[in-house]
Amino acid sequence: MNPTTRTWLLSDAPQTRRQARLGALYQGWLTFRANKLAMLGLVILLALLGIAAFAPWLAPQNPLAQDLAGRLKPPSAAHWLGTDALGRDILSRLIYGSRVTLFIVGTVALIAPVIGLFIGTVAGFAGGWVDQVLMRITDIFLAFPKLILALAFVAALGPGIGNAVLALAITSWPPYARLARAETLSIRNADYIAAARLQGAGRLRLLIGHIWPLCISSLIVRVALDMAGIILSAAGLGFLGLGAQPPMPEWGAMISDGRTYILDFWWVAAMPGMAIFIVSLAFNLLGDGLRDVLDPKGAKE
Amino acid sequence: MLTVRDLDVWFGHPPDRVDAVSAASFSVASGESFGLVGESGSGKSTILRAITGLIGTWSGTITVDGQPVTGQHRSKAFHKTVQMVFQDPYASLHPRHSVDRVLSETLHLQGMDQIDRRITALLDSVGLGRGFRFRYPHQLSGGQRQRVAIARALAAEPRLLLLDEPTSALDVSVQAEILNLLSDLRRERGLTYVMVSHDLAVVAHMCDRLAVMRAGRVIEEMPASALRAGTAVSDYARALIAASASYQPA
Repeated sequence: MNPTTRTWLLSDAPQTRRQARLGALYQGWLTFRANKLAMLGLVILLALLGIAAFAPWLAPQNPLAQDLAGRLKPPSAAHWLGTDALGRDILSRLIYGSRVTLFIVGTVALIAPVIGLFIGTVAGFAGGWVDQVLMRITDIFLAFPKLILALAFVAALGPGIGNAVLALAITSWPPYARLARAETLSIRNADYIAAARLQGAGRLRLLIGHIWPLCISSLIVRVALDMAGIILSAAGLGFLGLGAQPPMPEWGAMISDGRTYILDFWWVAAMPGMAIFIVSLAFNLLGDGLRDVLDPKGAKE
Repeated sequence: MLTVRDLDVWFGHPPDRVDAVSAASFSVASGESFGLVGESGSGKSTILRAITGLIGTWSGTITVDGQPVTGQHRSKAFHKTVQMVFQDPYASLHPRHSVDRVLSETLHLQGMDQIDRRITALLDSVGLGRGFRFRYPHQLSGGQRQRVAIARALAAEPRLLLLDEPTSALDVSVQAEILNLLSDLRRERGLTYVMVSHDLAVVAHMCDRLAVMRAGRVIEEMPASALRAGTAVSDYARALIAASASYQPA
């Protein structure tokens, strides 16, 4: 970046709305970049995105093509990560499986925090019986172990990756609602809310324009940190046969397939396990870095 | 401009009910600068919050510009007439809203036109240049923040400004600047001030008349000249003035 742009971005006295906004973003980027581990997480996730986008060009073989003569082959030049019980190339299946993983992560990340944000902020801001009702509903959801509740939902809706994602989203919003409510309670009586109220700001405006922006940053951090758990839950559902259905190359289901051979043909289960491990780790690292940037309670002041 | 009669303000329900203000009465004429003084917890700020409807648990009569107000609801006309400057400028600006956003939203809410031109005029009138327009609160000092808060309060061109210890969170040097700014604005715009403070020197400098409060009650009303001369009637007010005079800021 040339020095003029840099000075322009870091200016203490921005001249336009756009410059101020870009400057704030750049400041955040600088904070984020200083965290080497978070950068590593970001790089891994960008790589995952790239792999998912270019799966057909990257995968050496068809992920569904069976070769029973070449089943359970150890990693070799022909099959870099070996083959599974049906002779399918594990590397190709992992590459295509990244699409499934991203679909799960993306959908859950879109649904759960939005539900949680809405319910939590409304409960915290409205108070009274609205708060009581919404938070008791949240408590009911929290009272069940997450995976068991997801299992029940999938069992009722029927197995399949779409239903598994829906079940995960429905079961993972309550912690976000709790978080959003706690944040709302701490800011609803702040002077800046009182000041906006004195200007005649309505409740909806206060909620969306003033309370949401302060809740969203901590929710984003929490979501990034929870992503690893969501991937693992999805893998768990796949492992139990309630998530992705064969022959879809979902990582959890691939571990499940390899379980039978885990002692003699370790790579069948270990390779997708490694993939899950790396992506979960990347999300955790990213979440950590985002906390440095976004969390208003951080050491930024 | 403002009349308060037999105002009681309380928090909580019996048996835990706390009476923050009891039977407070005073009135402020148009163009006057009125001070409310007293020690911490004497109910000064609570009165302002009851007037603005930020607290709903009060009884008595509050009349603003001839119009009585009730409960927590305030009309659009009230918001255009009465505005408030809060004590802590670090808490009264939204941390994620730029100065531009704060002022344009306020102007929009108050139904003003020519928002762009008005923002520039407001920033000029509180002694902040245009360079501050797109800054965020964390890029401002305490005094600058308070100037933004004053600009926000002035946006609707109100006639009554409630000042809740507007300088107590600021450095001594900055305090004088803000007080001078407030004096100038009052003179230029013919504003009415109700200023809450525990700093008698500030009130003596800024106000024409004042009421001394203690434990939720108005003990005494007096002109500022009486405060400066130290000729208060009640024992408590005399003690307060004496205590304040013996205190020399470091």
